[in-house]
Amino acid sequence: MSECLLEASDLSMRFGGLLAVDQMALKINQGEIVSMIGPNGAGKTTVFNCLTGFYKATGGDIRFKGQAIEGMPGFKIARLGVVRTFQNVRLFKAMTVLENLLVAQHRHLNTGLLAGLFKTPGFKKSETEAIAKSEFWLDKVGLTEFANREAGNLAYGQQRRLEIARCMVTNPELLMLDEPAAGLNPNETAELDELISDLRRDHGVTVLLIEHDMKLVMEISDRIYVINQGRPLASGTPDEIRNNPEVIKAYLGES
Amino acid sequence: MPESVLYFIQQLLNGLTVGSTYALIAIGYTMVYGIIGMINFAHGEIYMIGSYIAFAVMAGLAMMGVDSVSLMLIAAFVISVIITSSYGFAIERVAYRPLRNSNRLIALISAIGMSIFLQNYVRLAQGSRDIAMPSLITGGWSFGPEDGFQTTVSYMQLIIFVVTFISMTALTLFISKSKMGRACRACAEDLGMTNLLGINTNHIISLTFVIGAALAAVAGVLLGMYYGVINPYIGFMAGLKAFTAAVLGGIGSIPGAVLGGLILGVTEAFTAGYFSTEYKDVVAFGLLILILLFKPTGILGKPEVEKV
Amino acid sequence: MKSLRFAPAILSAVVLLVLTSLMLGIRLEPEGTRLIVTTADSESLTLIAIGALVVFFFQLFRSTVDKSLTGVKSALPSISADRMLAATENKSIKTTLICFAVAGLMIWPFMVSRGAVDLATLALIYVMLGLGLNIVVGLAGLLDLGYVGFYAVGAYSYALLNQYLGLDFWSSLVMGGLLAAFFGFVLGFPVLRLRGDYLAIVTLGFGEIIRILLNNWTALTGGPNGISQIPKPTLFGLEFGRRAKEEGNVPFHEYFGIAYSSEYKVIFLYILAVLLVIATLFVINRLLRMPIGRAWEALREDDIACRSLGLNPTAIKLSAFTIGAAFAGFAGTFFAARQGFISPESFTFIESAIILAIVVLGGMGSQMGVILAAVIMTVLPEFAREFQEYRMLMFGLMMVCMMIWRPEGLLPMKRPHIETKKGRSESDEKTMATPVAEGV
Repeated sequence: MSECLLEASDLSMRFGGLLAVDQMALKINQGEIVSMIGPNGAGKTTVFNCLTGFYKATGGDIRFKGQAIEGMPGFKIARLGVVRTFQNVRLFKAMTVLENLLVAQHRHLNTGLLAGLFKTPGFKKSETEAIAKSEFWLDKVGLTEFANREAGNLAYGQQRRLEIARCMVTNPELLMLDEPAAGLNPNETAELDELISDLRRDHGVTVLLIEHDMKLVMEISDRIYVINQGRPLASGTPDEIRNNPEVIKAYLGES
Repeated sequence: MPESVLYFIQQLLNGLTVGSTYALIAIGYTMVYGIIGMINFAHGEIYMIGSYIAFAVMAGLAMMGVDSVSLMLIAAFVISVIITSSYGFAIERVAYRPLRNSNRLIALISAIGMSIFLQNYVRLAQGSRDIAMPSLITGGWSFGPEDGFQTTVSYMQLIIFVVTFISMTALTLFISKSKMGRACRACAEDLGMTNLLGINTNHIISLTFVIGAALAAVAGVLLGMYYGVINPYIGFMAGLKAFTAAVLGGIGSIPGAVLGGLILGVTEAFTAGYFSTEYKDVVAFGLLILILLFKPTGILGKPEVEKV
Repeated sequence: MKSLRFAPAILSAVVLLVLTSLMLGIRLEPEGTRLIVTTADSESLTLIAIGALVVFFFQLFRSTVDKSLTGVKSALPSISADRMLAATENKSIKTTLICFAVAGLMIWPFMVSRGAVDLATLALIYVMLGLGLNIVVGLAGLLDLGYVGFYAVGAYSYALLNQYLGLDFWSSLVMGGLLAAFFGFVLGFPVLRLRGDYLAIVTLGFGEIIRILLNNWTALTGGPNGISQIPKPTLFGLEFGRRAKEEGNVPFHEYFGIAYSSEYKVIFLYILAVLLVIATLFVINRLLRMPIGRAWEALREDDIACRSLGLNPTAIKLSAFTIGAAFAGFAGTFFAARQGFISPESFTFIESAIILAIVVLGGMGSQMGVILAAVIMTVLPEFAREFQEYRMLMFGLMMVCMMIWRPEGLLPMKRPHIETKKGRSESDEKTMATPVAEGV
C-alpha cells in the first residue's frame, strides 16, 4: 500500500467548556481521496483548522510525512504542502483573478528588493513563469477569460474554482477542500467531481474533503470518516459507510 | 520603623493614589472596548476637560464668597460630571456612531482626530499655559521619626481613595444589579444578539460613553486638585496611561481596569522614587508593550478566538 | 413639513450650550495666587450662539440636509490622478508628461522668491514623510502612530554622526535611512503580529519612548537643547556658505566664479528635496508592481487566506514597516540638514498625527493624493497667519470628517494591475453586464 501522508491521533480541541473535537484519529495515504462527513456542527471544520495550524489543538499528535506539525503556525504547514480552501470562500476580492494566483506563488517568486526595483532578468523571468503557471491553471478551471477581472465580481461557482486553482499553484501535496460543492448547481458539482479526480490523476495530489453532497462523496472518495459531535463515529470505504447502522442512525435518527 | 520602609510605604501610597485615578479613567476605555471593540482615543481629553471644569467651578464659587470646602467639592464633582458626560455622549454621536460598522482603523483615526480637536479646542478657549490653583485641602497624617523621613498620608490622598472607592462600588452595583447594567453586560457579550432581543443597543452604547466620561471627570477633579496644575495637554499622557492600565488588567474587564490602574500607578511611583522621574513614562510604555507582546489578554481578560 | 424634527434639534442645541458654557463661555485667569473666572469676550459668546443656531437648524432640517449631502457626495469627483495617469496608455506620452512635470519643478524656484522656495522644500519633506507612512498605512494597512520616531532617528543620526565622526551629509543620508530601517525592523519584529489597533498604540509608545530618550540622554543628544550647527549638504564637495567651513572645501560661488547669493543654498536644498521625492516615488511605484506590493494588498484584504497559502504575515508586514521607516530616516536626515538645528521638540506625537492626517486627507494608498495633501497642509497655514492658530483644530476636525464622509481620501488609490493578454481586458468588461454572485 502507498505510504502515509498525514496522520492525526487523539486530536482534541476545546473552546472554553466546549469540547469541539474529541479523540479524533485520521490517516490519509499518498494519492487517496478521503472525505469527512458528519452533521452540521460535528466539528469537521475544526478538525481542518487544527490540521492546517489555524487552531492550536488542545491535545493530540499530527504528523505530515512523519514530521510532527502540531503547534506549527499555519503558513509553515502550508509551505510543507498542506493547502486548504475555506467554507465561505476567502479570495482577495479586490484583486484580479490573475493576481490572486500570483499572490499564492509569492514564496516561489524572486522577491529580492533590488531585483524588483531594477527589473533584473531574473526577476522578469520569475514573473513570466508565474504568469504562465497561473494561465495554465486558469485554463484548467475554465477561468481564462476572466483573468483580469476582480475576483469579487466572479459568480459563486467561479469563485470556488478560483480558490482551488489558487491552492494548486502552490504545488500542494495535500489539498484540503472545505465543502467545495456548497452552493453549486448539479452541473457545477459534476464538473467539480471531474476536476478533483483529475487533480489526483494528473497532478499527484492527495485530497481531503469535507462535503455534504453525498452523491459526490460516495462517487469520489476512497475512504470516508464520519464524525459526530466531535467524535469519530465510523470510517471505511463508501460501501462500508453506506451500510453502517450507526451512521444511518446519526444521519436519519437525529436530523 | 527604619527609614527605608517608611520611604517604601510612601511610594506605595503615592502609587496607589495616582493608580486609583488611572483606574477611574481606564474603566471608560475598557467599557467602550468591551462593547463596540474600539479604542476611544479621545477619552484622555475628556478627563482633561473634567479638570478644567472643576477648576472653573471652584474658582467661580470662591469668587462668589463660598468658603465651604465640601460644598465646593460637591459642586465641582456634580457640574464636572454633568458636562463631561455630555461630551462623552456628543462625541460618540458625532464621531463614532457613523463609523460603527467600518473598519477598526477607520474608527481609531476618527478618534485620534477627535482627540486632537478637543485638545486644541481647550487650548484656543483657555490658552496653552499651565493653570494653577492653590490647594483647598491641605495637611495630613504623618508617621515616623520627627527628625527623619516621615510617611505622609495627605487628606487629599484620603479623599482620592474614598471617592474612587465610592465610584467603583456604585458602578459595580449598577452593572450587576440594575436592568440597564444587565443590558450593558449583554451588549458586551454579543451586541448583535442583544439588539435582536429588542434592547436599544444605541442607548446602551451612549450610556457606556456617558459612564466612562463621568468617571473620567471624577478622576479629572481629583487629579486636578492633587497636582494643582492643569493644561490642555495633560489628557494625552493620562489617556495613554489609563489605556495601558486597561490593557494590563485585560481590556473589556472592569475589575481588570482597576487592578491594572493600581499596578501601573505603583510601578510608576517606584520608578520615580527609586530610579528617575524622567523615565517613569518610559516604564509605563514599556509595560504596555511587554503586556501586549506576551499576554495581550491582560491579567483578567478573556482570550479571543479568531474566527476562521 | 414632516421632516422637521423639533425635539432633537432643541436637544442638540442645548447639549452644545452645555458643552461650551464652561469652556468657551468663560476664561480662567490667574490673579496673584488666586484663580479667577471671567466671562469670555463677546467674540466667543457670539461663536457659541452661532454654533447653537447652526446645530439647531442642521438637526431641524436633518433629513433634507442628509439628502443633499449624499447628492454632493456623488457629485464629488471620483476621478483620481493615478487613474488619469494610468489612462494615458501610451507609454511615451506618460514619460513626456512626467519629464515636463520634473522640468517644471526644477525651473520654478529660479522664478519665485526665496521664501516660496523654502516653503516648497518644507512641503517636500512632508511629501516624503507622507509617502513613507503611506507605504505602512495605505499599502500594508498598518496604523503606525510612532512614525515620527523613525524621522527622529534619521535626523539625530545625521546630527550625531556628523558631530562625533565627522560624516558628511551624503554618507549620513545613507546611514540615516539604514539606521531608521534597522530601528523599524527591530521594533517591528516583535509587535507586528499584534492586531491593528493594538499595533497603533504600541507604535505610539515606541515613538514616545524614542522622544523621551532623546530628551533625557543629555550627554549624547544635548537633551531638550538639541543639537545645532549641523552642516548643510554639499554638492560634490562644494559648500553653499559664503566661506567654506570644512578644510579643503570650496564654496560654490567661488568655484563657478559667480557672486555669492544665499539663494543658491535654498534652491540647492529644494532641488535635493525634489530628487529625494522622485526617488521615493520611483521606489514606491516599483514596489507596487512587485510581489511584495501584491502581498501587502492581499494581506490587507485577508490575512487568513494569506497564511493558508504559505505567506508569512509578520515578514510581509515587517517589510512594509522597515521600508516605511527607511523613508522617514531619509526625510529626517534631510530635515536636520535643512534646519541646521534639531531638538526633541520637532518629534512629538503631534508630528506623527500631522503626517497621518496628510495620508488620510490624500487617500490611503494614493501617491498623488498624499502629495496633494502634503502641499495643502503645509502651504495653506502660511497663506493666512490666523489660520496657523487654528491649524491643529482643523486637522483634528478634518480627520473625523474624512473618516465619516470620504475615508478613501481626496484622490482615492488606484493600484496598477498586472494583466494577461489571454483574459479579456478591463475595457471589454465594461460593455458586459456585471455578473452577480449566485446565492451565498
